[in-house]
Amino acid sequence: MRQWQHVIPSGAIAALGLWVCYVSFTQQPAQAFLFPRLISSVFVVLALWTFGRALLGLSRAGTGIGRTMFLNILPGLIVAVIYIFWAAEVLGFYSGSALAFFALLSLYDPAPNDAAKSWLRRIMITVGFILVMYLLFAKLLSVFTPRGLFF
Amino acid sequence: MEFIYYFGEVFTPTALMLLVGGTIGGLILGATPGLSPTMAVALLIPFTFRLEPAHGLILLGAAYTSTVAGGAVSAILLKIPGAPANIATTLDGHAMAMQGRGAEALQLSFLSSAAGGIFGVLLLIFLTPMLAKWALAFGPSHLFWLAILGVTVIGTLDTNSVVKGLLSGCMGMWLATIGFDDIMGAQRFIVHPSLTGGISIVPALIGLFAIPQVLAMFARGRQPVGSDVIAVQKHPIGRAMREMIRRWRALSIGTAIGSIIGLIPGIGGQIAGLVAYDQAKKFSPERQKFGKGHSEGVIAAESANNAMVGPSLVPLLTLSVPGSPTAAVLLGGLLIHGIFPGTDLFDNHPDVAWTFINSMLIGQILMCIFGLYVAGLAARVAQVPQSVMAAVVLGLAVFGSYSVQNSMGDVYVMATLGIGMFFLERFGFTAAPLVLGLILGPIAEANFTQGSMIADATDGRFGYFFGGTLNIALILIVIASVAYSAWMEIRQRRQDRADQAKEAQA
Repeated sequence: MRQWQHVIPSGAIAALGLWVCYVSFTQQPAQAFLFPRLISSVFVVLALWTFGRALLGLSRAGTGIGRTMFLNILPGLIVAVIYIFWAAEVLGFYSGSALAFFALLSLYDPAPNDAAKSWLRRIMITVGFILVMYLLFAKLLSVFTPRGLFF
Repeated sequence: MEFIYYFGEVFTPTALMLLVGGTIGGLILGATPGLSPTMAVALLIPFTFRLEPAHGLILLGAAYTSTVAGGAVSAILLKIPGAPANIATTLDGHAMAMQGRGAEALQLSFLSSAAGGIFGVLLLIFLTPMLAKWALAFGPSHLFWLAILGVTVIGTLDTNSVVKGLLSGCMGMWLATIGFDDIMGAQRFIVHPSLTGGISIVPALIGLFAIPQVLAMFARGRQPVGSDVIAVQKHPIGRAMREMIRRWRALSIGTAIGSIIGLIPGIGGQIAGLVAYDQAKKFSPERQKFGKGHSEGVIAAESANNAMVGPSLVPLLTLSVPGSPTAAVLLGGLLIHGIFPGTDLFDNHPDVAWTFINSMLIGQILMCIFGLYVAGLAARVAQVPQSVMAAVVLGLAVFGSYSVQNSMGDVYVMATLGIGMFFLERFGFTAAPLVLGLILGPIAEANFTQGSMIADATDGRFGYFFGGTLNIALILIVIASVAYSAWMEIRQRRQDRADQAKEAQA
């Protein structure tokens, strides 16, 4: 793993720590921020220590993210983000879930894409999963989900 | 002997149904590589909302117990540990299966899991009330230090980097402060409307434990299922029982080590199996057989990782300090029902506490019985393609998070924390201390605020928080756990450097 990779997460956490510390010590009423001040002081010290070590190339823990791993994750991550932050509410919880589930199966199922049997199996698994979710959450637990454009 | 009065509660139809369902479901989930016991329990929490607290805890407890044992099925039949706790089982269990002794290995693993597990739950039954009474002596300053101790112990012992573990704990405690302050009603760190009510524990738990595993499954790409399930021949259960009794030394070592490790907050089952395996090997007259399909290896590893379950709940139920990440998730399950560990639990909700603990005792027996029958099915489920598992877990995580408050905000929080945690885990950060910080943060803050008010009216904050034998003892334990872990990390680094230098010379 390249050492510079450590700089990105530790830098982001150090920036977060500085912001938390700044907000904790500048916002009022002071009484409400007493505990956040205590926590953020430790937070910022540890975050800057970690960032400093990453900058000096001394960070060792973790395996980092390789190119192949990142490229494998990316399509699934994009589908998951679209599903959670857009489709579930706009299209409807169940239709959004069905589309995302089917898309993920199609992206990662090792079965050959040129066989009609594979697609039929994916459709059947998707329908089965959504049916179980509907029975479990809508019927058994009476959870009212966003309807969106469809359902 | 108060627990005896509540035994009947476990045998009501609803409780028994949940116990059986949780046990069978847990065995199957546990056998599935990539689905950890912690994640299984986190995903089950939304289903407990509409249940009575005792019933909800029965379901979570059964899942916790059986997922740990279920992991042995894939370890033995597929050479893939269902959970990190089952790594040691793979060493001899799979070798036995390859020799056509798969059924014997499975029987020994479930029998020794049950034996270790029952001993562990008995420890829980007898130690918990004593410690809970002792916890009565704790004031706000002690409870504050206990919360800090919980975060630092898990943050330092359960990670590869002490600083990153503590930093994760701090982030968790900061996340717990988001929302409205309880006393002044002031807004704190609300940068998005979804955060107005603060961060709900259940979506956070689901996100932090389930989403990184979903992304880890994506990371493997379009990978076909690698290994085949080894066929299991019939084997008389009586013979397996006799074999386990004959190997009493391995069983005793596994049970004792698992129980002790379970009692120490933060260590958990991952190392219980490995330490027990190592010690059983050292004390065995047949140590040369270890790793080649020796029954003692399976017995020691499996009795240890299940003996750990009961004792890991002792510090949780008495002092709110979870003994393992899964126990931390169980704490979340308790808090959402408005039940606080310690004296509140045993004085005000003895029915909940004892029904839950008794159910774990019965659960060990059920796990043993069902384990032997469900093993074949569980091994087949373990072969379900990762693509299906990833999509199912993602769907359950989204539905489960939404169902907590019927709020999309919770789903956004779950996804953001989960995606962030996956990337942070690649760089040595871990979810367990962050979760502990999130759960124990409000307890620490409430006691810090209360303690500050008392201190302002009496002997000042320094004297109040740093004075007194119990405060000093707790502070010393915090310092010792950090120092010990830092020392171990430095020693490991030196060892790595020495190994690298040797390799370079060679």
